[in-house]
Amino acid sequence: MTFINYASREINCKIVYYGPGLCGKTTNLQYIYDSTAAASKGKLISLATETDRTLFFDFMPLELGSVRGFKTRFHLYTVPGQVFYDASRKLILKGVDGVVFVADSQEERMDANIESLYNLEENLKANGYDLAKIPYVLQLNKRDLPSAIPAAELVAELRRGDEDVHEAVASKGVGVFDTLKSVAKQVLSELRKS
Amino acid sequence: MTDTPIIMREQQYERIVSVLYRLRSDSSSRVVFLVDKNGQQIAVQGDVSNLDTTSLASLAAGNVAATGGMALLIGEKEFPTLSHEGERESIHICIIGRALLVVVFDERSSLGLVKLRVKQASRDLASVFEEITRESELKRVQDEALFAGITDEDIDSLFN
Repeated sequence: MTFINYASREINCKIVYYGPGLCGKTTNLQYIYDSTAAASKGKLISLATETDRTLFFDFMPLELGSVRGFKTRFHLYTVPGQVFYDASRKLILKGVDGVVFVADSQEERMDANIESLYNLEENLKANGYDLAKIPYVLQLNKRDLPSAIPAAELVAELRRGDEDVHEAVASKGVGVFDTLKSVAKQVLSELRKS
Repeated sequence: MTDTPIIMREQQYERIVSVLYRLRSDSSSRVVFLVDKNGQQIAVQGDVSNLDTTSLASLAAGNVAATGGMALLIGEKEFPTLSHEGERESIHICIIGRALLVVVFDERSSLGLVKLRVKQASRDLASVFEEITRESELKRVQDEALFAGITDEDIDSLFN
């Protein structure tokens, strides 16, 4: 749910990175954090276990600049990917403005991708959203790994409609900003439509 | 979207800030701020020079969401207030409709005093929020013109 503050002339939007465990959601955020100027970002908060697995969420605020005199601030969140953290995932989707699904390109993670995408649809539904109607981008991550299956196969399996698809290697930053730009554009376009 | 977007005008913002100002002074607390349930900061009062309020807002919302989830599991609607007491600094959070009132205080105040003052401030804030919610839907229609004017070039320029 976009929050528009006329007093401080700000538009605040929430973007959630979703996907199966170890697909690279936190890595996406980490790369954005590392490559953004200090003035346009806040702290990267990571609520993780001792083994660096996301326990609740990662969060970073990112300021992109002004549109029509309104500062645009994006709050980027990740969800915990592991199956048993479902209650937390559902909570984090509350008030979401845009979703990035980070798919793991490795063949052995295909089932996990499908399960997580189904879980995303269900959890969005539980919060009153429809995946087909909200700003949504599919990212095919880990394209550099030897066991990565062809992008066309992943698209055939995971693409739900006409959403943008971006190939990525989040650990090297490939495709990370393209993905963010794509979802952010859709969120701002929604404001125009709403 | 499930909720009406919160659209706040300057006058309403000023009213909120004045309630927060009074609460901070009456409760002798360090910082008082109002956050929406999704973790967006609405207004803040107090010395925030050494405080990352954006992160605090997001974590407060996460905290309320998590305890709210626990409440549902045991058959409660929600836990309307949360308190965390530290050695020197403490936090008290109170749910007011779609917003969270977060008070950070130290040994110069006490949980009892904070709770008492928060109760009074909650009533004032609830009435401002009722007004905001009522008007938001109406304003949305008026705002269509403003945001309909956003062009693809405007959006592209953000990423250059």
